[in-house]
Amino acid sequence: MIRFENVSVTYEGAAAPALRDVDLTVPEGELVLLVGPSGVGKSSLLGAVSGLVPHFTGGTLTGRVTVGGRDTRTHKPRELADLVGTVGQDPLAHFVTDTVEDELAYGMESLGLAPAVMRRRVEETLDLLGLAELRNRPIATLSGGQQQRVAIGSVLTPHPRVLVLDEPTSALDPSAAEDVLAVLQRLVHDLGTTVLMAEHRLERVVQYADQVLLLPDGRMGPPAEIMAVSPVHPPVVALGRLAGWDPLPLTVRDARRRATALRDRLADRTPRPPRALAGRDGGAGEAGGAGGAEAAGPSAASPGRGSGRRPLFRRARTAPAEDTAPGPLVDVRALAVRRGRVEALRRIDLRVRAGETVALMGRNGAGKSTLLHTLVGTVAPTSGAVRVAGRTPHTTDPRALIRQVGLVPQEPRDLLYAETVAAECAAADADAGAAPGTCRALVAELLPGVTDSTHPRDLSEGQRLALALSVVLTGRPPLLLLDEPTRGLDYAAKARLVAHLRTLAAAGHATVLATHDVELTAELADRVVIVAGGEVVADGPTAEVVVSSPAFSPQVAKVLAPRPWLTVEQVEAAL
Amino acid sequence: MTPARGPGRRTTRTSEPGPGGRTAATARRGAFAAAGAGLVAPEANRSNALHAGAWWLWALGLAVAASRTTNPLLLGLVVAVAGYVVAARRTDAPWARSYGAFVKLGLFVVLLRVVFSLVLGSPIPGTTTLFTLPEVPLPDWARGVRIGGRVTAEQLVFAVYDGAKLATLLICVGAANALANPARLLKSLPGALYEAGVAVVVAMTFAPNLVADVVRLRTARRLRGRPTGGVRAVLQIGLPVLEGALERSIAVAASMDARGYGRTARVPDSVRRTTNALVLGGLLGVCAGSYGLLAAEGAGYGLPLLGAGLLAALAGLRLGGRRTVRTRYRPDRFGPRSWLVAASGVTVAVAMVLAAARVPDALRPGVVPLETPELPLWPALAVLAGLLPAFVAPVPKEDT
Repeated sequence: MIRFENVSVTYEGAAAPALRDVDLTVPEGELVLLVGPSGVGKSSLLGAVSGLVPHFTGGTLTGRVTVGGRDTRTHKPRELADLVGTVGQDPLAHFVTDTVEDELAYGMESLGLAPAVMRRRVEETLDLLGLAELRNRPIATLSGGQQQRVAIGSVLTPHPRVLVLDEPTSALDPSAAEDVLAVLQRLVHDLGTTVLMAEHRLERVVQYADQVLLLPDGRMGPPAEIMAVSPVHPPVVALGRLAGWDPLPLTVRDARRRATALRDRLADRTPRPPRALAGRDGGAGEAGGAGGAEAAGPSAASPGRGSGRRPLFRRARTAPAEDTAPGPLVDVRALAVRRGRVEALRRIDLRVRAGETVALMGRNGAGKSTLLHTLVGTVAPTSGAVRVAGRTPHTTDPRALIRQVGLVPQEPRDLLYAETVAAECAAADADAGAAPGTCRALVAELLPGVTDSTHPRDLSEGQRLALALSVVLTGRPPLLLLDEPTRGLDYAAKARLVAHLRTLAAAGHATVLATHDVELTAELADRVVIVAGGEVVADGPTAEVVVSSPAFSPQVAKVLAPRPWLTVEQVEAAL
Repeated sequence: MTPARGPGRRTTRTSEPGPGGRTAATARRGAFAAAGAGLVAPEANRSNALHAGAWWLWALGLAVAASRTTNPLLLGLVVAVAGYVVAARRTDAPWARSYGAFVKLGLFVVLLRVVFSLVLGSPIPGTTTLFTLPEVPLPDWARGVRIGGRVTAEQLVFAVYDGAKLATLLICVGAANALANPARLLKSLPGALYEAGVAVVVAMTFAPNLVADVVRLRTARRLRGRPTGGVRAVLQIGLPVLEGALERSIAVAASMDARGYGRTARVPDSVRRTTNALVLGGLLGVCAGSYGLLAAEGAGYGLPLLGAGLLAALAGLRLGGRRTVRTRYRPDRFGPRSWLVAASGVTVAVAMVLAAARVPDALRPGVVPLETPELPLWPALAVLAGLLPAFVAPVPKEDT
C-alpha cells in the first residue's frame, strides 16, 4: 500500500537529512507503529506519505514514495486526499470549520461526493466515534479527547485507504486514549484501512500494532521482535526483558500469564517507595520523614536496604525550617471556582507538605489545570481559601510569588520569550532577583550541551521543558507545579525529568503534577489525588490509589497485582 | 384491540364503550394535538434551520422601513420589534452577543449627531432658542461654517430624529447579525466565490484563538513574575501571539491541502475562455453602465448596459463554478418558515414605503414649527408584522 524506495529527506538549511535511505513496504490493512527517540524523523516520514513533505514543508526528497500506486512526486497532497487521511499532533490546528458536523463533512465536500452519500457517512462516523451528542457543538468547546476523535472522524469520512496519525493519544487521558485506539482497531479490522501511526506512549499502543517500524534504522518487523531490541519500550517490555521472558510479552495479559514465577519470587519482598530509590540515586531520601509518612508506611516497616535510613536523619537535620513551619506548604480548604455557569472546582480540600510529590489525575477537563492555576494565583477562587506558604496566591504580587511557587504550564514555550537561551536565563535571574548565573547553572545541569546562543524554538520538546523548568526554579520556589510535563516526551527525556524531579524532592521541594501519565505517577508520586467533575474523589498513597483503580494503574502494577509493585525499577531493586 | 387492525375499523367503533373507543378518542385528540404542534415553532436543528438569507431579508426590510420615517414613535416600534425577535430567537453563539454592541453603537450615533448639531450648528431655521454657545470667530474664507453659537430646540429635535433613524438602521443590521450564522450565510455563496467564503470562515475561527493565545501568554508572564500591563508587556506578548497565529495558519493550510482543498475538475479550454470573457465583459459592462446612469447624457444606454453586464458576470460566475468539484453538505433550505420570515420583513418595508407616499406628515413629524409626533395607526400595525419571526422561526435549543 505504501512504498518507500530509498527515501531521504533533507530540509533547507539543515546539516543532516531528517530521514536517510528509508526502504519499506507497508502492506494493505496493517496497523504499523512508528517508534524511535525524538528527532529521528518520525513526523517527516509520516508527512512524506501524505505528500505534505516536501510539497508543503519544502526541502528535498530523494527516492520514491508511492501510496496506492500514486507517486507523491507527481501527486500533490490534495490529489492524494481521497487516498490518505492525515491527523497531525495538534488537532486544533487541523480544523477548518467551526462545528463538528461541518468538520466531518469538509473533506467529502472538497472531493465532491454526492450530498446523500455525505449525509450517510457523517451519520455513520458520528456513531462510530461516539460523537452523535456533539454534532452541533462548536469545536472550540470540546475537550481534548473529543477534539482528537473529531479530527480522526474528519479524515475518515472520505473513506481513505491509508490513515496517517502523529501522536494521536499523547494529549488524552487513559480512557479517552483507549476509545481512540479502539476506533482505529475497528477500522483496521472491519474496513481494512492501513494505519501508520507514531506514538511516544508505547504502553498504550504497542499491543494494537501488527508491525513496528523502528527509526532511525528503518527496521520493520513484528512488535515482539522489534521491542526486544528497541531503545524505547513500554514498562511491560522492560519487565519482560528483566525477567528474561521469551517471546517478550506486549500486553499486560501476556505478561500476567508468564509472571507466576516472578510473583512467587517477589512474594516475600516489599516494594520500596520511589523516594527510597531516589535516595539510592544519591539524593537525600525522605522515607518515613514528616512529609511522606503515609506514603512511606510500608517501607518503614520493611527491612529495605540500609542506605535508605541514613539520609532520612540527614534530611531531618538539614531542613528543619520547612518541617517545623506552621501547617502544610499548600493548604486548600473548601475551594470552589466557577466560570460563568460552570463549576470548574467544588469543595476541594488539599494539603501538601514540603518535600512531598503529589500527582493530580483525572480525565480531560476534570479541573486539574484549574486547581494548579489557583495555587499559582492566575485563577482566583470563587469561594474557599487557598494558602501557599502562608500567602494567598491571587492577591500576592507576582514578583514575590515566584519565590514561593512556580508553574510550568502545559505549553512550556509560553514561558519563553527571549531570542537565546542566555538572554532567557539573564531575564529569569532578573525576574526572580536571583544572583546572575543562577538560571544558567540550572540549565547547564538539566540540559548539558546546550549553547548560549541557541534559540528556544530550536530546542526539542524535552529540552524546552527543561529550559522552562530551569527558568521556574531560578526563584527557588519551595512548591513546584507541573501541568502535563510528559506530553511529547520520549522515554529518555522522561527518565531525565524523573531523575531531576526526584533530586528536587529530595532537596525539599514539594511538587504537584497534573498528568495523564500513569507510569510517571508510579515513578514519582508519593500521593495521588484523583479529580473528577471538579471534586476530589480519591486521595491517598500512590500504591493504594493506583492499584485499586485499573484506569490509573501502571502496567507493572497490573501484571503483579494484587501486590503493590508499581515500577520496573522497584522490581529490579528487589531482585 | 390489537394495533394490527386498520384505522377504519377503529372509527366505526368509536361510539361503543370499551378499550377500542377510548383508543380512537385518544387518536383523534392526538391528531388535533399534532395539528396544533405543527403550528408551534419547532426546536431548532440543522434540518429546519432558517436560511441565513431569510434573516437578512427580514432585517433589511425593517431597515428600509426605518429609513422612510423620522417619527420617533415608529422608529422606537421598529427597534422594539427587532429587539423582541432577537430576544426570542437568538442562540448562545458568539455572534449572537453582538446585538448589545450594535445597540450601544446606535445610542452613540444619536449622541454624536446631537453633539455635532450643538457645535457646528444646523441649517434648520428655529425660533425657540434654548441657549447660546460662545461662537468661534472664523476667517472670511470659511464663511458658511459656524462653530458654537445659538442652539435652538428645533435643531436639537431634528438632530435626535435624524440620529435615531440612523441608529435604528444599525440596530436592524445588528439584529440580522445576531440571528443569522455568518458561516452559514457564506456557505450560501455561489461555488465560484467559495474560496473567498472559506477565507472569511477561517479568519473568523482565528479571532477566538488569538484571544485565547493572548490570555495564555499573559498568564505565562504572571508566572514569570512580570507585570501584565504596559508597553513592554504588549510587545513581549504581541510577538509570540503573531508567531503563533502564523504557525497556526500554516498548519490549517496544510490540513486543508491534505484534505483536498482546491481540487479542480478539468474543464474544456473553450469553457474556460468563455468564463473569462463573460466575467471580464460583464464587469466592463457594469462599469460603463453605472457611468452612463450617473453621467447626465448617458441615461439612455446606462440601464440596459448595466443589466447586460450584471447578467454576463453572473453567467460567468456560474460557468466558473464548473471548475470546482465541490459539493455541499446539508445546505440551508429556503423553506416555508424562511419564506414567512422574509415576507414579514418585506411586508413592513412595502407598507412603510406606501405610507411614506400616502401619509408623509405622520411619518415625518414637523420640526419647524415643533409638533408632538403622533403614532399613525396603520403604519404602526404594519411594523408589528415584523414580529412574525418570533413565532414561526424554530426555537434555538437551550444550551445546557
